[in-house]
Formats: sequence, structure tokens, C-alpha cells
Amino acid sequence: MPLITYRQALNEALAEEIERDENVVLIGEEVAEYNGAYKVTEGLWAKYGDKRVVDAPISEAGFIGMGVGASMLGVRPVMELMFWSFAYVAMDQMINNAATVRYMSGGLINCPIVVRGPANGGTNVGATHSHTPENLFASMPGLKVVVPATAYDAKGLMKAAIRDDDPVYVMENTLLYGEKWEVPTNDELEEGELVIPLGVADLKREGTDLSIIAHGRCVIESLKAAEVLKHDHGLDVEVLDLRSIRPLDEDAILATVRKTNNVLLVDENRPFCGVSSMIATIIQEKAFDDLDGPIMRVNTIDAPAIYSPGVEPHQLPNVDRIVAKVLDMQISK
Amino acid sequence: MPAQNKTNADKKSACSKAVDYSQAEINKQLTPEDKVELYRQMVRIRKFEQISLKYYNQGVMGGFLHLYIGQEAVAVGTCSLKGDHDHYITTYRDHGHALALGMNMNECMAELFGKATGCSKGKGGSMHFFAPDKNYWGGHGIVGGQTPLGAGLAYGVKYLGHKGSCLCYMGDGAINQGAYHEALNLAGLWDLPVIFIIENNGYSMGTSQKRSSAHPEEGLAARAEGYGIEWDVINGENIYEVRAKTWEAMERAHNESRPTVLEIDTYRYYGHSVADANAKKYRSKEEIERYQREHDPLKIWQNILIEEGHLTEDEAKQIDKEAKEEALASAKFAEESPYPEVADIMDDIYYEVDRGTDKAKHGKYFFND
Ligand SMILES: Cc1ncc(C[n+]2csc(CCOP(=O)(O)OP(=O)(O)O)c2C)c(N)n1
Repeated sequence: MPLITYRQALNEALAEEIERDENVVLIGEEVAEYNGAYKVTEGLWAKYGDKRVVDAPISEAGFIGMGVGASMLGVRPVMELMFWSFAYVAMDQMINNAATVRYMSGGLINCPIVVRGPANGGTNVGATHSHTPENLFASMPGLKVVVPATAYDAKGLMKAAIRDDDPVYVMENTLLYGEKWEVPTNDELEEGELVIPLGVADLKREGTDLSIIAHGRCVIESLKAAEVLKHDHGLDVEVLDLRSIRPLDEDAILATVRKTNNVLLVDENRPFCGVSSMIATIIQEKAFDDLDGPIMRVNTIDAPAIYSPGVEPHQLPNVDRIVAKVLDMQISK
Repeated sequence: MPAQNKTNADKKSACSKAVDYSQAEINKQLTPEDKVELYRQMVRIRKFEQISLKYYNQGVMGGFLHLYIGQEAVAVGTCSLKGDHDHYITTYRDHGHALALGMNMNECMAELFGKATGCSKGKGGSMHFFAPDKNYWGGHGIVGGQTPLGAGLAYGVKYLGHKGSCLCYMGDGAINQGAYHEALNLAGLWDLPVIFIIENNGYSMGTSQKRSSAHPEEGLAARAEGYGIEWDVINGENIYEVRAKTWEAMERAHNESRPTVLEIDTYRYYGHSVADANAKKYRSKEEIERYQREHDPLKIWQNILIEEGHLTEDEAKQIDKEAKEEALASAKFAEESPYPEVADIMDDIYYEVDRGTDKAKHGKYFFND
């Protein structure tokens, strides 16, 4: 199984889907001739040409709205946002149009658009470029929100997103683009292709003492924290990767809670009205009796993103903050 | 020509006075029956709306009711040009286009009543009529928000290799939204076969066009010049002119895949919506009456047809009567139709959930269900 980067995995997914379906088209700022601001689309324009890979002007409301309109007619546009922070510029199109056209038309119109790009802090680019808006979009019925944590998931989830008949917003992570994971080639797979259904969480690490529930880069930090907790403190931590926020794998959440009876939620959203607030509510409503103690959380510290490279890493969930929070919880083995 | 738009008219269509648009090729193709049919379509829209107003005032409908009365020649003229790959999308003042594109009065009226038999199963309401099978993509509530969608439909037409176009309507207030300018830029840049149609009725709610748009004397469509896009101004009370000039734009879209901006001057007789409490304050009574007396597109077209010998006054009355009966019958249909079930609230959100496919079994789509 080759080791490839998260970025390469996404690139493979896009290329395979362009090949598979002639209606798939990539549109975004710098995706074509420049090869992508983060090089996710590298080589695709050279290979597939102007019709399939299209450079858009800096005009998020315009081109995302255009993608929504084209998708209603049967085109399957995959739109790149240079940063998910810029989704706010296109919010009307992404929420008022993409999320609701199916509903308001009584099911007459499909909107199979994908919007993708990096959504995360941690790159010292200040408050306007560091948003993690999965909670905003996941709160809107009609939308699907996917947050891959590994190259394997990035490839499989992206392919599923493109094949999906609803709007799917895929939030990638700049800090993961260069990281490598094992991803099977299609020849190595019995099914012939890596497609991961949306709405299926992945147990990234099994354990008995505590469940960490996370998504995106927080999964990676949680796995590292789990190693530290095992090695230094003898705690056996389970890490559940949600992979998609909506649809949400509630069954997997409840199963891990019922197994370990202790929960820490790790989420790069801020704590106020974030994804972790929602998951804590679900657990409280449906598995309260299975809890040995309060549900705890590690989130991004509730302020706009600080620029300072010396401080920003501490604002985000990281190994140290996760380990410290777990020790605070005083879990009995 | 609406008074407040005289300057626009000066710019491009002043010469239109001299042109006899009935002799345009696209109009010469109309048979006498076709012409009467255009009249019937306009009357149907008017009757549908008059009857809906009556019921709205009885309190049986929710939300807004934005009436199209006074503007009928625009929808009927432009929609009569539809070919297999011509698509239509508009704003919340959407009843006229819906009927002109062949939607059934029953499903439209039932939608106003919020009934399960409505075109959107009671989920959209007055502002959200859709009929994708008739190339009608709605009915959109955010001022200007539909303009990138219109560009996208045109992008789709082109991408799929069809010879077609998208007619994307908006009011004069919409042209100040950023989304419209982004859509214009994309249309000009990417040669999209889209026709942006500004239905200039002179007002956005209570604000006259003069108080909302910079540089009005140039004409609202003239802003297209900055994007290298052809534009024109049309007298919206003359169906011949509407058809001839819109067809010119559609041919540009079909044959050159180039966009056009058309400003069609028109007037609405009622308030912005029925809920417009100031409907009579921002326009004088005289102004409204003058339009109704001198510029009513129905009367104007009726007179032309009588003059041309295709219609008698009695026949016109008969068309009127039939349209009114049709509208009343649609209201009866709507009244007798059931509301959606409360459980229906959860349908039509996600594709697979509606179809019960395997995919829908993964994860939970709805909380607290
Ligand atoms: C973005 C947005 N802002 C405000 C409104 C409220 N609103 C609805 S219609 C309207 C007036 C628009 O006028 P115009 O575009 O000229 O169209 P007309 O109603 O005259 O057909 C306003 C302010 C809205 N629906 N969307």
C-alpha cells in the first residue's frame, strides 16, 4: 500500500471522478493554470483541459452561485474555496440557494454541488483566514459536511461527496496536506475503488477507559495524546473519528460512550454553539445513564484566531491540552 | 413609456417609436391564433392574481403575495420564445412567468394556499414556484440572489453542449446587489448564454429607482457596458417589441453564446406586496391611474388584436370570463386540497432519504427525530 500525502489523495480522488463522470468539473480561484493555491489540483488542468478545470475570478458569491445553478441542470461542479473563511462571502448562495432549493421545490430540484478547500487555524494567518465553519453549515438541513482526518479518508470521502446528489461541503486541513498515510491503489482493492460512505464514523483507536470523539486534525492530535496517556499514565483511550458532521454517526457515538463511560470531545470549533456542544447534547439526551462523569471538551479557545506563531498553537486543541484535560477528569481505570 | 424611465428610453429605444416591431421576423411567424393565445396568457395571469388577492385578503394564505399585475406583457412576451434548451429563473414576483411557461393554475393556487397539491407541495409558497420539467427554475426570495444561478444555468446549457439560453429576471432594485455584478462579470468573461432581464417597474418596495441606483439617466442596463455585454431598453407594454428584442438577445445566446442585459420598462399597479401598507404613499394616485388608463399591456394588446382583426370585443370578454372561471376553479381546488402532513416537514431535504436508498441508512440526518 503506497504512502501518499493528504493532498495527493485528494488529487487522485478528483482525477478519478473527472475520468469517471463527464459532468464533473472543477472550478475555483487558481485551480487550473496555477495548479491550486495548495496544489490539490496540481496537474489536472494540464491533463484534462479548460473544459474540466476552470480558473474563476475572485468572486465567491458569483462562482459558487453559478455552480449551484449549473448543478440544478445536471452538471456536477466541484468548487474550490481558497480558504473556507471565504465561504462567508458566498453564504447567500451556499445556504439560501444550495441548501434549500430541493426543499422549497418540494423535491423537484437536486443540487449535487461539492464545495471544498482548507478550513482550519494554525497557519498564523490571523482571524479572517483561520475559520473552521463546520458548525455553521452542519446546522443547515439540506447540507452535508465532511471533515477528513487522513489521506485515506480524504480520498474515499471526496469521491463519495462528488457522487452524492446533495450539496456536500468538504473541509480539508492545510496542516494535513503534506502528511502521509497508507492509501491503497485501486488495484489493491476488491471493490476496485476507495469510496467511503458519508455518515459512517471510524474508530481510529480502540480503548476501554475513555472515549475521545473528534474530527479533522483533532483526530490526529487525539491519537498522539492517546499514546502519551497510555505510555505515561496507563490509560486506555478510544478515539472515534466522526469523518462527517452531517450526516452524523450517532450510533457510533453512543456505542463508544456505552463502552468506556467517559467522554472527551475534541473539536477545533470554538465551544460556543460548536459541533461539540451538539454532540454533548446528544450524549446527554440518549446515554446519560452510561456516563461515569461529566462530558468534557477541548476546543479552540473562544477568541478570534491570534496571529502570533508563539501563541496560536496553544489556542487550538493540541496534544498537551488534550492530555491535561484527560488528567483533570480523574478517570478511574 | 413610464415617465420616470423616459431618460432610459432616450438612450436606446427612443428609436423604437419609429420601428414597427410587428414586422420583426419572429413576430411575423405568429399566426392570428398565436396572437390571441398571448392575450389569453396575459388575461390568465391577471385573473389568477386577482382571485388570489381576494383569497389572500380573506386570510387563507400565509406570507407575502407579490402581484405581477401590470407587468404581464413581459413574462408572456419573453416566455413565448422558449425553445427546448431555453431556461427561465426569476425572483419572488414569480406567478406570471410560471403561468406563461405552462404551469397549471391548480398547482400554483394550491401552493399559495400551502396545500400538499401545490407545485412545491406547500413547501415554497408564493415566492417559490418551480417547474424544472418546463425549464422553470423558480421563484427566489433573496433580491439578486438568483442572478448567479441564472449564470449557472447558462453555464450548464453550454457545458452540456446544448444550443440554448437562460433568461434570468430581476427587479430594478436587484441591480445594486454585488451578486448581480459578479454574475455579469462571469457571464461576460465566460461567454455564458444568459439574458439578464431587469423588469423595471420603477420601484423597489417604496424606493423609486431614481433614489436607489446611481447614474439612472444612462439606463440601468447600461452598466453592462463595463462588462463588455450587449444591452438594450425595451418598452414592456408592447409585446411585439418585447418579443423582437428578447429574441435578438436569445439568438445572440444561441448562436454566439454571448450574454445580454435587457431592461424592460413596466409598472406594477398594486403595492410591492399585498402587505405593503404604504402602497399608495410613495406613488401618487394620478400616477397609478394614468398607467392603468394609458399603459395597460392587456388593453394595449387587445386593441392591437382588434385593429388587426384577430379579435372582437365579445371574444375578448369570453376569454376574460373563461380565465376568471379557471382561476376560481383553481381556488376551489386549492381550498379543498389537504395541507401537507406534519411528518412531510422532513421530506425533500436529502435526496437519498426521500428515496430510502442504502446511503440514507448511514448516519443520522436529523437530530431529535
Ligand atoms: C437581500 C434582500 N434584501 C431585502 C429583501 C426585501 N425585499 C424584498 S423585495 C424588495 C424590493 C426589491 O425591488 P425590485 O428588485 O425593484 O423588484 P420589484 O419588487 O420591484 O419587482 C426588498 C427590499 C430581500 N428579499 N432580499
